[in-house]
Amino acid sequence: MAAVERKLITARMDQPGYSNRLESYLAAGGYGALRKALAMTPEAIRAEVSKAGLRGRGGAGFGCGLKWSLVDRKSGKPIYLICNADESEPGTFKDKQIIYKDPHALIEGIVCASFANGVKTAYIYIRGEFAEGYKILVTAIEEARAKNFVGANILGSGYSLEIFVHRGAGAYICGEETGLIESLEGKRAYPRFKPPYFPAVLGLWMCPTIVNNVETLCNIPLIVGMGGAEFSHIGTPNNTGTRMMCVSGHVNKPGYYEVELGKITLGELINGLCGGVSGGRKAKAIIPGGSSAKVMRCDERFKGKKRDGTEYDWSWQDVPVDFDSVAMIGSMAGSGGVIVLDETADLPKALANIAEFYAHESCGQCTPCREGSLWMAKALHRMTHGRAMKGDTDYLKSIADNIPGRTICPFGEACSWPVQSFIEKFRDDFAKLEK
Amino acid sequence: MSAQVPPHLDAEVNALLAHYPPEQKRSAVLMVLHAVQEQCGCVSDAMVEWVAAKLGCQPIHVYECVTFYPMFRRKRVGKYHIKICRTLSCELAGSHKLSETLQKTVGTGMDQTTPDGKFTISWVECLAACGTGPCLMINDDFHEKVTKEKAEQLLANLK
Ligand SMILES: Cc1cc2nc3c(=O)[nH]c(=O)nc-3n(C[C@H](O)[C@H](O)[C@H](O)COP(=O)(O)O)c2cc1C
Ligand code: SF4
Ligand code: FES
Repeated sequence: MAAVERKLITARMDQPGYSNRLESYLAAGGYGALRKALAMTPEAIRAEVSKAGLRGRGGAGFGCGLKWSLVDRKSGKPIYLICNADESEPGTFKDKQIIYKDPHALIEGIVCASFANGVKTAYIYIRGEFAEGYKILVTAIEEARAKNFVGANILGSGYSLEIFVHRGAGAYICGEETGLIESLEGKRAYPRFKPPYFPAVLGLWMCPTIVNNVETLCNIPLIVGMGGAEFSHIGTPNNTGTRMMCVSGHVNKPGYYEVELGKITLGELINGLCGGVSGGRKAKAIIPGGSSAKVMRCDERFKGKKRDGTEYDWSWQDVPVDFDSVAMIGSMAGSGGVIVLDETADLPKALANIAEFYAHESCGQCTPCREGSLWMAKALHRMTHGRAMKGDTDYLKSIADNIPGRTICPFGEACSWPVQSFIEKFRDDFAKLEK
Repeated sequence: MSAQVPPHLDAEVNALLAHYPPEQKRSAVLMVLHAVQEQCGCVSDAMVEWVAAKLGCQPIHVYECVTFYPMFRRKRVGKYHIKICRTLSCELAGSHKLSETLQKTVGTGMDQTTPDGKFTISWVECLAACGTGPCLMINDDFHEKVTKEKAEQLLANLK
């Protein structure tokens, strides 16, 4: 297999002369899928999205068609669509590229998705730091409105949609969909209990709500354009389409690379597209799906049985870049953010950095998360500052083991998995700090 | 306490309120606080009360947002607020060296403002530019792959 990109979402953005203005998008055939969508029935579009097998690109990889099928369409209440543009999982920087360089692709996706779900009002929840991105989106919506792609009676179809952009203000937990909804309601971003507060039933203002990631929504016009069946042939079964992989850390060419899911391996991504590990060194550890994903140890063999019964025995380089394969080896593809740590990396220091992030970002509602994330950060701080105490490694592990499953939202897992996995895979690096 | 409301702010806030259903005015609070902070430099107690009155909620509902969300501040910062990404990929790319350079050049420590009120330097968490670290923001502008030379150049341009 050659390490090549397959640019569908990123087809336009980096071409010379391409701008984030409407003329550029139209010249590239933009809003063609919207015309096609408006000639279809909403049910037919939803069926194509299901057939396409598109999985959410925000983190959980949940089936988009399935998510849409869970929406309560009988409540008599309005249905809302929220585009999650909070992008704040460390190691992830793809949605920003789309928003800043090709905002109309996102807007076309939002209009298609909204039409398919009978949505009359959609919000884009954008992280507060993207102040310029906010302005770009507002301008793009105005441009689209001037051409009647947004607003009343879109292209004479009788369908109307308003899109508003809403800024966050620097809190990571607003990326979690129920925290996001609370935040959009004007409150602190305290995630809600599920059940009963599944967004599809009791979401924004207690109305049925769809929350989808930026990149997920950009796939909708592609699916409408080529049809779900053809889309399902891109990538591999159950891992269809492409994904913008974000690679950072110790590689020669960090950046985002759009690849067909399952068609390239982690080795091809890092050694091929990213030009190899920095300075020709060896990779020691890889975090494959944003900082909350469990770390992989690079000298380990990953063995087991696939769902179809065939056995696999992989080095890290052999692991296919897709949702299922990364889950099979005990981690997750998560947000698509791959962080590479080479043989010179100080792993306790790297973990201390991650732990400090979570301690800072816990919303504070659940005691195990609020206290545990802080205790872990403090223990790691002293361990990496020459003040490790006897038993600190086990102490850390025991805190991490007592958070998951005891919290309101998956942040509890997100803050524990890095600690659990770093200690499980690299215990010696931590133990040797204890004198 | 009555607030000194800058001209245009009231109109700007009214326009923002139209983005939400009339009975959900409180939803506009983050947008309104951004507008307030942009025009006033920070969110004072008086403005908290003004916003609450505009949104038809209690001041505590506004206040809890000002304290929960890191981007809102109760006190003014320097004319140029330099926010350096603290998180892992940027640390691997040299954010600590960068912060030392900046502190030295500007002449102040982290979370402090220079006596002339020109610069404040702070750490922030991942800015979604991890592939082009170390990165920072100066007020609302992103700067990526900030080398020592680039940092010094950036500062020189601000003087
Ligand atoms: C702690 C936490 C942070 C999250 N941050 C983001 C984020 O920044 N952006 C995002 O799209 N999804 C994020 N998610 C996932 C969302 O909750 C949600 O699953 C996603 O937006 C759904 O969109 P999708 O189905 O299109 O992937 C986060 C989840 C958790 C638990
Ligand atoms: S798990 Fe953490 S972030 Fe999630 S609701 Fe509880 S305290 Fe908040
Ligand atoms: S780690 Fe600095 S931008 Fe993500």
